[in-house]
Amino acid sequence: MSVWTTLKLAFRALWRNKVRSTLTMLGIIFGIGTVIAMIASGQGAREAVADVFRSMGTNLLIVTNGSVSTGGAAGGQGSRYSLTWTDLEALENGEVPTVRWVTPVLQSKVQVASEDANWNTTVLGVNPAYFLIKSWAAKEGTLFDDEAAKTGPKVAVIGQTVATQLYGTASPIGQPIRINGQPYEVIALLETKGQSGMGQDQDDTVIVPLKTYLQKMDRGIGKYISKGQLFVSVGNETEIEHAETQLTSLLRARHNLGPNDDDDFRIRNLAEYAMSQEKSTERISTLLAIVAAMSLIVGGIGVMNIMLVSVIERTREIGIRMAVGAKPTDVMTQFLVESLVLAAVGGVLGLGFGALLAKYMASYYGWKLFFPAATAAIAFGVAGGVGVVFGLYPAIRASRLDPITALRYET
Amino acid sequence: MTAPLIEMRGIHRTYVMGDNLVHALRGVDLVIEQGASIAIMGQSGSGKSTMMNIMGCLDQPSQGTYSLNGKDVSRLSRPQLADVRGKMIGFVFQSFNLLSRTTALENVEMPLMYQGISSRDRHRRAMRALERVNLADRADHHSNQLSGGQQQRVAIARALVGEAPIIMADEPTGNLDTRTSYEVMAILQGLVDQGITVVLVTHEPDIAAYARRVIKLSDGLIVDDKTQEPVRAHLQQAAAS
Repeated sequence: MSVWTTLKLAFRALWRNKVRSTLTMLGIIFGIGTVIAMIASGQGAREAVADVFRSMGTNLLIVTNGSVSTGGAAGGQGSRYSLTWTDLEALENGEVPTVRWVTPVLQSKVQVASEDANWNTTVLGVNPAYFLIKSWAAKEGTLFDDEAAKTGPKVAVIGQTVATQLYGTASPIGQPIRINGQPYEVIALLETKGQSGMGQDQDDTVIVPLKTYLQKMDRGIGKYISKGQLFVSVGNETEIEHAETQLTSLLRARHNLGPNDDDDFRIRNLAEYAMSQEKSTERISTLLAIVAAMSLIVGGIGVMNIMLVSVIERTREIGIRMAVGAKPTDVMTQFLVESLVLAAVGGVLGLGFGALLAKYMASYYGWKLFFPAATAAIAFGVAGGVGVVFGLYPAIRASRLDPITALRYET
Repeated sequence: MTAPLIEMRGIHRTYVMGDNLVHALRGVDLVIEQGASIAIMGQSGSGKSTMMNIMGCLDQPSQGTYSLNGKDVSRLSRPQLADVRGKMIGFVFQSFNLLSRTTALENVEMPLMYQGISSRDRHRRAMRALERVNLADRADHHSNQLSGGQQQRVAIARALVGEAPIIMADEPTGNLDTRTSYEVMAILQGLVDQGITVVLVTHEPDIAAYARRVIKLSDGLIVDDKTQEPVRAHLQQAAAS
């Protein structure tokens, strides 16, 4: 029998039981739809997490002071001053070749004020490299440069949150700002960055040149970078681990640590954080995809169920067809194509349903919409596969019927 | 000499029914020439249904050989048997066995689908077959919109459409009233006149009277085989109207 005739027969048989066919198809529609939505939104969620970490800094290593232990009680991270300004110079001079940018980040919580509002925020003292590391550009005004970092002018770069708190909707550029009671001038407003991967509002900040910070906020303790960290940016993502090792050995050598001494500093790798976050997102989306796949299997079982009923109902028809010359394979093909059509039509509709669901989820959670063509092709293939796998058993049963018994079957 | 159309030699058929072995046929020999008009008679349980099933290639003998048109078909596989049925045999059943919610034309076309005949040829040949049973004007009617006699004529058209040399009619008038029966029998007798072999399977002597040769089965054996001058259905039809 020609493909066209077979398809026509299948469509007609399904059309005769419209309600039943539709209900059976719903199982496939929801199955395929949820699989598509879960794959697409899982991808979107992963990208969203990656974006957050990208906003925290590219290929970033954060070096902090280590922990001191006094009489067996560990003082915690940063309690022991070990990083020195000469360590910084060494890095700035390229002693670790994989390092591209480096800046100290000194920070403290302070009160800031405009003429008619005030706010408590974090003030950072950094070198201009900080903006490169975080790929953070000015939305308005101009960021301070290396020169300023050395001379220490009383200028401030502010984040969006601070700007809103102090100046409302007005432009903050050129406005006076008091930090810790001292007058500064706002020279730039930063682009909005949103939350960091750790949940902090990155826009709630005021940034001043390092020199200014050291002169006006916190002198520090002599040669040590006391209340701060070093942000080290590595040129290439693939070199992060290598850079971490090199950095460790450089600092150990500079701090004269023996082979049995513990590190007196700590290096945090943001890429690792990002990775673990992405992994947990991936785990959740895998879990959801598995649940969705389960519903697809349930849909497939629905197809099988209905096909079995159909074979029994049409036993007599099968007998007639066999009597007039239908071979067992003809009968098998007929039923297999019916379940295939059921699944394929359900698959196409499910694809649409899944796309809508993914779109809704993406807009609801503010993700980018991922709807790769490959997913659609796979889903369609899977739907076809479901049709064949779950249609095969009923079709084989139909083809094995004995024509004499089938002809005598009373419905 | 050419081989006879149907040649059965020493046909046995046994079934297992529960713990019992049922001997439905126990050594049947039968030769039917092309163009014959033959009735197979017998009470229920005589083996006539089994005989028809084997003759119609729906079933196979447990023992013995069955040659159709000189070709041994007693040991064929299921697909091969289906092929032989499609080409050699047209069935007419007591309960018509048309597909419901399907037009007369589509019912008649159905056997041709399994012979890989194109949609256009199917349509043309099915229309011609319907014309042969005077139902061309009912081609688009669904089978449930037709009377019993019309349904049986559609079934005859379906049996004819594949140009099969043999038509097996199993109690073809069992569900019909007398007048309609005349009509159906007249068509079947007309087919004999055109050279088609018609095998009637019936337990009614009235129906067997339409055949030229009557075979009686009892307990799985042929107990009588006689030739007679058949009653002409179209004359009865004319007399009745």
